Amino acid sequence: MNARFLPYVLIAPVTFFLCVFFLYPFVLVANQAFTADGGYTMENFREVVSDWKFPISLQNTLLLAAAVVPVQLALALLMATMVNRMQKGRDLILYVWTIPLGISDLAAGIIWLAIFEQSGFLNSMLDAVGVIDKPANLLTYQNPWIVFLAIALAEIWRATAIMLVILVAGIGLIPKEYYEAAEVFGASKWKQFLRITLPLLRPSLQTALVLRVILAFEIFAVVAALGGTLFPVLMSETYAYQFDLLNSGAAAAMALIILGISIAATLVILRALRVPKGATI
Amino acid sequence: MTAVATPDARKAGRWLYVTSVVLLCAWVIVPLYFLLINTLSAPEDVQSYPKAFFPAFDMGSLSFFVTFNGMIDALLNSIMVAGLTMILSIAIGAPAGYALSRFDFRGKELFRLLILLTRAFPLPLLALPLAVMFIRTGLDDTIIGLALVHTTLAIPFAVLITFSLFSGIPMELEEAAWTLGCTRLTAFTKVVLPLILPGIAASAIFAFVISWNEVFAAAVLTIENRTLTAFLLVKLSEAPIHLKFAGGFILVLPALIFIFAVRKYLFAMWGIANR
Repeated sequence: MNARFLPYVLIAPVTFFLCVFFLYPFVLVANQAFTADGGYTMENFREVVSDWKFPISLQNTLLLAAAVVPVQLALALLMATMVNRMQKGRDLILYVWTIPLGISDLAAGIIWLAIFEQSGFLNSMLDAVGVIDKPANLLTYQNPWIVFLAIALAEIWRATAIMLVILVAGIGLIPKEYYEAAEVFGASKWKQFLRITLPLLRPSLQTALVLRVILAFEIFAVVAALGGTLFPVLMSETYAYQFDLLNSGAAAAMALIILGISIAATLVILRALRVPKGATI
Repeated sequence: MTAVATPDARKAGRWLYVTSVVLLCAWVIVPLYFLLINTLSAPEDVQSYPKAFFPAFDMGSLSFFVTFNGMIDALLNSIMVAGLTMILSIAIGAPAGYALSRFDFRGKELFRLLILLTRAFPLPLLALPLAVMFIRTGLDDTIIGLALVHTTLAIPFAVLITFSLFSGIPMELEEAAWTLGCTRLTAFTKVVLPLILPGIAASAIFAFVISWNEVFAAAVLTIENRTLTAFLLVKLSEAPIHLKFAGGFILVLPALIFIFAVRKYLFAMWGIANR
């Protein structure tokens, strides 16, 4: 086949597939969000925003992202630098640390349910140490902060691995010579981290943060497993509009609101961590 | 800096380092271990208190899981959807990965942008309009319909991973095969493909796990033919608690094998995908 057309033939299936299953449904969802009773209105948006649950679920989602993502970033950076200077057992440690990468959010929620439920391991441990004498029911509406903590811990446990993988790959791309030069000039390990690792890691940090923040706004199954209806988030509200209230227009509007927040966060991250033009490793 | 540090300080630093590595490993493993204990306990022991910290190796919960109405079907559905997603995303994604690594063509940047865009978009949300579309075309509540949506989730990764894999094979190898009488196709099947096969398998497993773990779209798009995640999600509020743990354990099991199988490729794949 002619080499000029070959690349287009090769990318045609993906392009077609994404047009049908990504761009087209996206147009549909946007259309549905702005339509009510056969005309274009903002009615759906007004309806979901004025719902009493909306401010709570928005606040919960944002708070959760604000609590989880920085911890994950710090933890992933720490793990990545630790692995980087490891001589023995690097592969084994990396394997253990990346296990949660393959674990679904639903399974992670169930795992942390085993710890936080009434007859769970947290109560059992507190009992073994003698702090409490009878198991307390932790995941109830009286303890909103424990519910929040359980969800945050489950998220940190589950999703730090994806950042770790991206950052380890990124650190691997930084030439060793920079560190040798820094060593010669007497820079401490901490200084090397601040002045070499962090700035040169910017593209990886961008990718890791964008991916994590978007997924943080989509949090759903962990919350469903641990908080149920105690802890409404944007995604669970979308699900409720679609299934419990059978209101597709409102669900579509919620979807667009989540998308808007995701895009805004992506732009902020890309702007904050932009790589200067022409700078390469 | 290391030259001026006293032996004591270095020893302390070393100790701190090893302790944190061990602690971080425990942080990952201990919750999994708790799930294992619950799964291998008799149903009545799961609700007992205080908990034993060693598994009793009782198969009660697991056999309850197996006999629970609809659970085995859900498990089979999950495997079929994930298998189909795996095949589709590699079959559709790999050619594009090859094109990106071997050719410079007009619209290449636009194409890459489309791929990256899908990755930066809350994709499960598209399940809502697709549900309507599928009802019209008769794909609603089918294995194939859900597999198509999961393929959309997996394809950006399939393209980027195969792109980085193909980039790792020098173009000269293929050119040498051409001069020795191979056509473009035979050079690909005889030279490139054998080299790339383990990597392709790794990215296929990745696609499998993306589909296996997906909850939202699965719950939205299936009613009768639930996958395991969708089934567990729906049963969360009503199912006995030992069923949740057994189900969670079955969900986790492939993850352990998956990470082990692709551990060599995880980092290479993200290294290039970042650029």
